[in-house]
Amino acid sequence: MLAALVALSAGGARGEPLVADLTSHLIGITGAFTGTSVVLFGATDGPGDVVVVVRGPEHDVAVRRKRRVAGVWVNTKEEVFVGVPSFYSIASSRPLDAITTPDVLGFHELGLDYLRLKLARGALREEDTPFRKALIESQQREGAFGETVGKVDFLGDRLFRSTLAFPSNVPIGTYLVQVFLIRNKGVVSGQTTPLVISKIGVDAEIADFADHRAAIYGLVAVATAMVAGWLASVPFRNA
Amino acid sequence: MEIYLPIAEVSLDVFVLLALGGGVGFLSGVFGVGGGFLLTPFLIFIGVPPAVAVASSANQLVGASVSGVLAHWRRGNVDFKMGGVLLVGGFLGSLLGVWLFGILRRLGQVELVINLSYVLLLGTLGALMLVEGTRTLLRRRRLGVPRRKLHQHTWVHGLPLKMRFRRSKLYISALLPLGLGFLIGILSAIMGIGGGFVMVPAMIYLLGMPTMVVPGTSLFQIIFVAATVTVLQAINNRTVDAVLALVLLIGGVLGAQIGTRMGSRLRGDQLRIMLAVLVLAVAIKLAVDMTATPEQLYSAAVVL
Repeated sequence: MLAALVALSAGGARGEPLVADLTSHLIGITGAFTGTSVVLFGATDGPGDVVVVVRGPEHDVAVRRKRRVAGVWVNTKEEVFVGVPSFYSIASSRPLDAITTPDVLGFHELGLDYLRLKLARGALREEDTPFRKALIESQQREGAFGETVGKVDFLGDRLFRSTLAFPSNVPIGTYLVQVFLIRNKGVVSGQTTPLVISKIGVDAEIADFADHRAAIYGLVAVATAMVAGWLASVPFRNA
Repeated sequence: MEIYLPIAEVSLDVFVLLALGGGVGFLSGVFGVGGGFLLTPFLIFIGVPPAVAVASSANQLVGASVSGVLAHWRRGNVDFKMGGVLLVGGFLGSLLGVWLFGILRRLGQVELVINLSYVLLLGTLGALMLVEGTRTLLRRRRLGVPRRKLHQHTWVHGLPLKMRFRRSKLYISALLPLGLGFLIGILSAIMGIGGGFVMVPAMIYLLGMPTMVVPGTSLFQIIFVAATVTVLQAINNRTVDAVLALVLLIGGVLGAQIGTRMGSRLRGDQLRIMLAVLVLAVAIKLAVDMTATPEQLYSAAVVL
């Protein structure tokens, strides 16, 4: 890694304003997976602030609101958000509002407040704000959305590193790691690196089997359970 | 020690899962109820996605019920003929139930209907069983020796298609267990459970079966209901986590064996009172949850 950093730093000196890479581009989830982290390292061609965004594959999320009806809490309103990132984390070398303007944050979707969330039925209106807030809060509780300031560390002026953490319930798929170099409140350079999170080993095979041979998987699951049940009762037979 | 569950896509502590399986298996062995109505909420509580929790519970119920039935069978406490008739009704009922479930889901209120059905059903059954059980216990105390009447004759004994169920010491119309199986099949599909906790009291009070034969016979039909649900869930929703089910099962089968032995030592009326208390407790918990102000007014769910 040191060699890589030196090479990067040399690259930075040649005029590329920003170079960055991950220590690994593939996170394999196995039976012992309890969450992991990947180190992002890079170099800039001079002073500036670095912002790192990790976005997971998108999916649609329904947010429902409960109301009390005859003493019982019932889901009375539903809004479906489309294209919501299944994972979103942002790290920056200094607080976002200190290093740039709201316009820039909005344009690059930097920060949970600036995430562009669309509804299935159209644009977000004023009265939909609580639904947006509820969606972000629920994702934060699950560890899928996160905002951390100060997690991009500079080693001197030019070299930086950041540790990207992923919880055990991290959604699988292709992630995008975006790195921005901000100088004088403006983005002067950006780089996007893909990161693949997938199941590997026996677990991947089980998941794959369940996906592609669903009926057989169901029958095998039933048969396994039956045999396990029978086996477990054998030692008790003569009791 | 954490283990990654490939379909649920979370890592959970193996020992928590084993203990959970063991506790539910114990109940299933004692009472002949599958325990799905306890297992599913607990799984959701520890972080398994609800859809996976429902489907994987069904998968583990298959194994737990097989183990339970074998234990009861060795004691001669399974009425296979009765179980078979119940099962035919159950299959037809679950077909109707799956169809009803689809309609409810389109209306967007499936969760409410599930909770309401649980509260009404468990509340009524639990209360009835508690009153009846307490009365029997008091009568036994007063008279010393229980006076036992095999069954009372009512209009149901005038129904056609009479069948003899030797193990259950009954000569009743096949329409009764068929109808009961049908109703429970509908409930199982809508509520996502094996239906043992409805089946057990119904067998005792509606069919008049001897209490000792009830758990084994109920478990016997749960095997098939749970197996059907597992396969259907695997095909339609891909939510069956076989690894989760297997871990739960290892705890569950041991629990079930211990439970079955405890159950055969307890008297029928004690068993009924204990089951009644358990069923009532779940009903009260659900009712309180439905009326209590939720911690989160909003809920988010991924649209598949």
